[in-house]
Amino acid sequence: MMVATSEATPRTPSLDVRQGLDKLASYPYAILTWVDADGYPVSVAVDAVVDPAASFVTFAAPAGLAVPAGVDISLTGSHIRPQPGYGYDERRHVTVWGRAATDGDRITFEAARAWGWDEAEVPFFEYSERSLGQSKKYFDALSVERGTPVKPKLSFGWLALRTTRLPFLSATIVPVVLGIVIAARQGFFDLPTAILTVIGAAFVQLGLNVANDVFDTASGADDANVTPTQFSGGSRVIQYGLVSFRQMAGLATIFYVAAGIIGLLLLALRGSPELLVIGVAGFVVSIGYTAPPLKFVYRGLGEIAVAVGFGPLMLLGAYVVQSRGALSWEPFVASLPIALLVMLILYVNEIPDRRGDARAGKRTLPVRLSKATVIGGYRAAAIAAYAILVLGVAVGLLPIPVLLALITIPLALQVSRGLEPNYDNPYGLMAIMGVNVKVHLYAGLLLLAGYAVVLLLGAVAPSVHLFIGR
Amino acid sequence: MSTLPEPIEQLLDAALVGELTVVDSTGHPVTYPLIPLYDGEKIYLTSSTLFSRKLEHIKANPKVSLSITDPVAIGGRTDRATIQGDARVIEEDPHGGWERLLPIWEKKEPSIVYFLKARVALPLFFERALIEITPRRSLYWADGSAATAPVVADAGKAAA
Repeated sequence: MMVATSEATPRTPSLDVRQGLDKLASYPYAILTWVDADGYPVSVAVDAVVDPAASFVTFAAPAGLAVPAGVDISLTGSHIRPQPGYGYDERRHVTVWGRAATDGDRITFEAARAWGWDEAEVPFFEYSERSLGQSKKYFDALSVERGTPVKPKLSFGWLALRTTRLPFLSATIVPVVLGIVIAARQGFFDLPTAILTVIGAAFVQLGLNVANDVFDTASGADDANVTPTQFSGGSRVIQYGLVSFRQMAGLATIFYVAAGIIGLLLLALRGSPELLVIGVAGFVVSIGYTAPPLKFVYRGLGEIAVAVGFGPLMLLGAYVVQSRGALSWEPFVASLPIALLVMLILYVNEIPDRRGDARAGKRTLPVRLSKATVIGGYRAAAIAAYAILVLGVAVGLLPIPVLLALITIPLALQVSRGLEPNYDNPYGLMAIMGVNVKVHLYAGLLLLAGYAVVLLLGAVAPSVHLFIGR
Repeated sequence: MSTLPEPIEQLLDAALVGELTVVDSTGHPVTYPLIPLYDGEKIYLTSSTLFSRKLEHIKANPKVSLSITDPVAIGGRTDRATIQGDARVIEEDPHGGWERLLPIWEKKEPSIVYFLKARVALPLFFERALIEITPRRSLYWADGSAATAPVVADAGKAAA
């Protein structure tokens, strides 16, 4: 039996007496503890002989101390491994409670319950996430005691970074700038609207990031997730009590309103019906990702929504602002590898979230598919991204220098190989998720570099042909 | 002002981990491994709000003990001690009040300053209360063996 908790999520996995004694037997000694006649705890290290099958422990009576009979006492095992210059690791401890009886010069201990933690079984970050309820209880009690709200804090800069998940803006910047650069290559470029496009698109993504936390909190998905990482599980500022649900909803609204104003301004400046269609579609995909009634992610359409939103819609949207509505195949084909690679960021990030997502009813691909299929899916999508790039060049739709993006294939291979061994280890998967983000970012930057080469050569050596067949 | 026998002070200074025992509302002892921080007079421990149940127990019953038992965590020393005392929870500023103990903490766990710089990664871990223990009585086993009766001393008085 584990120690009772008030939280919905158990802080540590259940530990029965047999398991507790098994663990206690693995420690070189046990710390015998009882409460003395003055009401103070007393602890003494003893050499315990543990019999887990009989729920029984014996040890020599400590000299000069009277161990009380008929009251609950405890035996604790504790372990760390010192790491000089760093601190320590391999933390684990277990406590077994029971009653003692004197048997000559030995004491027998009959175990009744156990509790413990082993970071090899429950990683520290997961243990912390499982303990959020205790922290909330602490601050609630302190608020009552002081008669004023007391909340955890974070400096404004860190809080802003965490709340908006600002570093993930690369998912927007890459396709938007690529759309602008492709338009520039085709002779369309207007700096003020280009800048407005980047800012407006960034607001859309910030709105999406924050709204995603709001709706995932409302659905219970983020609360159910006890293995979030820096890449998955949301910003968790609501779960940590750093920002309220209402504040987050307000912030999402502000971002979307700002994006809407910039979108209307661009429409007024460029007068393109195509931009209106793409803008409305982008807004619907963004807000509909988690929000009712569309709730794409709950219907198994989350990955497609992200691919479309952060691929063709972002890239073509930025392109048509510059082209005043004219469309062409080049930006569309260029958007497809970006769409697949950004979809793969979400796809891999969904792997550690899959249990919490399933509990919340989110039908993501890792929730619905087997491990082998998910890993196979990653490989198929990554191969498709690079194949489209090569085919785009081969048929003369994309310029040859964009093949620079193929340099990222080893990174994609690294992700592919890392999924299998880390599939059930969220914290081992963190490094893989980090590499996966780089695959998208670096591939996008290399596509941009390829187009920079095209623009440069177009200026200094216009006779050089960089499109096959042209 | 020192109130503990010198060998116990040495143990407190050396120990990377000690075992804090509090008494819960049902009278049961509950033991938590924590880093003991000693300023020459009082013993301090810190507790994240994430793992703050021990603070509830202390507020209800301040009688606690801290044992130093693990030779691995005290640089190979084989002596052991238990200090009984009265604890109080200091929580005026859970966000930063505990940082006054950072210099002593860093000596034992140098990595803590690096983790603190990245507190954005786990903000609630660094929302902490201080546990201040005023020693009342100590038990000391020079050979570390429970087969030998401990030397018992009231805090601030000569060994009995």
